[in-house]
Amino acid sequence: MQLSTRHLLGIKNLTPQDISLILSTAVQFKEVLQRPVKKVPSLRDVTIVNLFYENSTRTRFSFELAEKRLSADIINFSASTSSASKGETLLDTVNNILSMKVDMVVMRHHASGAPHFLAQHIPAAIINAGDGVNEHPTQGLLDAFSIKEKTGKLKGIKVAIIGDIMHSRVAQSNIYLLKKMGALVTVCGPPTLIPKYIHEAMGVEVSYNLKETLDWCDVANVLRIQLERQNQVLFSSLREYSLAYGINRKILDSLHKEIVIMHPGPINRGVEIDSDVADSKQSIILQQVENGVAVRMAVLYLLSKPPNPENPQTP
Amino acid sequence: MQVLLSSQQLSDTVNQLAGQLNKSHPDMNEVVFVGIQQGGVVVGNHIISKIREMNPSRKIQYGQLDITFYRDDIRKEILTPDTMNLPFAIENKTIVLIDDVLFTGRTIKAALDVLLDYGRPAKVELCVLIDRKEHRQFPIQADFVGLTVTTNKTDKVKLVNKEVVLITQ
Repeated sequence: MQLSTRHLLGIKNLTPQDISLILSTAVQFKEVLQRPVKKVPSLRDVTIVNLFYENSTRTRFSFELAEKRLSADIINFSASTSSASKGETLLDTVNNILSMKVDMVVMRHHASGAPHFLAQHIPAAIINAGDGVNEHPTQGLLDAFSIKEKTGKLKGIKVAIIGDIMHSRVAQSNIYLLKKMGALVTVCGPPTLIPKYIHEAMGVEVSYNLKETLDWCDVANVLRIQLERQNQVLFSSLREYSLAYGINRKILDSLHKEIVIMHPGPINRGVEIDSDVADSKQSIILQQVENGVAVRMAVLYLLSKPPNPENPQTP
Repeated sequence: MQVLLSSQQLSDTVNQLAGQLNKSHPDMNEVVFVGIQQGGVVVGNHIISKIREMNPSRKIQYGQLDITFYRDDIRKEILTPDTMNLPFAIENKTIVLIDDVLFTGRTIKAALDVLLDYGRPAKVELCVLIDRKEHRQFPIQADFVGLTVTTNKTDKVKLVNKEVVLITQ
């Protein structure tokens, strides 16, 4: 079985079979990460560039570790320390890197659609590590992997995505994926942070009431308030946001069941989630980080296409 | 299609291999058995259930090994991995690798690479149901063989419906 796509640009263009294949392959890579030697030789003839035009800690480290665990050769590029700051275009930068015989590109970019643009112009396999406010597909996949690991399935699971839906590529990738796999999704947050027609466009339920949403769901994926993406004030203060939509022990204790708490990080402690919740047994935040490496290994492995025998230069 | 081992012959061969393995390993505490996915696991399951019958009071350690991530032809085709399950330490143990068919030796070479990433065994032995001896591409031979057969390189030897068959291309 193979993926239906050469690139991972978003969850939007994956089939449910693609998603299942990535998740089942990731289970085997998670086993690799428990071994004394946490490394396999699968990608030892593959060179990967990590092209980060936007800041990242977790995702960049996670990809880098996944690549190293697969024995790939890697180059790290960050826009602030490169010729991009001298005015070089994205396509020129990538073509220069590819002329050094690079097979795969992992890219994060502040412009939505940047990896899609690259995919049309270069022969290498491209993996989107987050593009603007569009998608963050590997985060969607690792969230789904973590939900499945914790609850045993995705179909029929009730997932609430809480917080800044408007500016969140994580929310977008999660919604596409969960809907494709038969989960039920409700988005919850202040009206100013939820796109107006999201119910019609993406088939999710919308709620502005945190308590009702938590009562309904099995899993709550709590998003970060993205202060750096808000040019206008969309709620009065962080304190007010925290009072209305912050997840704290009191509200969780008022529910009749124990729900699973997730967060893609980095956490604003005391804003969208309190410390005693983030660090509790209900939270699988650190498992999400651990699973991220296995899921990214699966994506890299499955996209590391064989070279074309007629033209070995083309991956 | 030619039947190399009928259902009854297959059962006899498995019993014979289980008997040999049992006899040559008096201290079962120092031995772990490892079936190679997928055919080796099928054969391994039968052999191990026989060995367990012969040693009802002893714990027989048996795991399954997948070589997908270690294949030397990985660029030809990206294959989906099978389950890997080695729930015990292999350090200083005698490992008996079990496979269905020994052909070029490349699978066994990859399986040895996998094992060494789990630890440093004292010794590794190889048990195969069928040995296609004349087609080896690596200096690898089996310690326990069910049946040695003469085949053409393009032939396929498979376990189908409890029989071992030779399919001529």
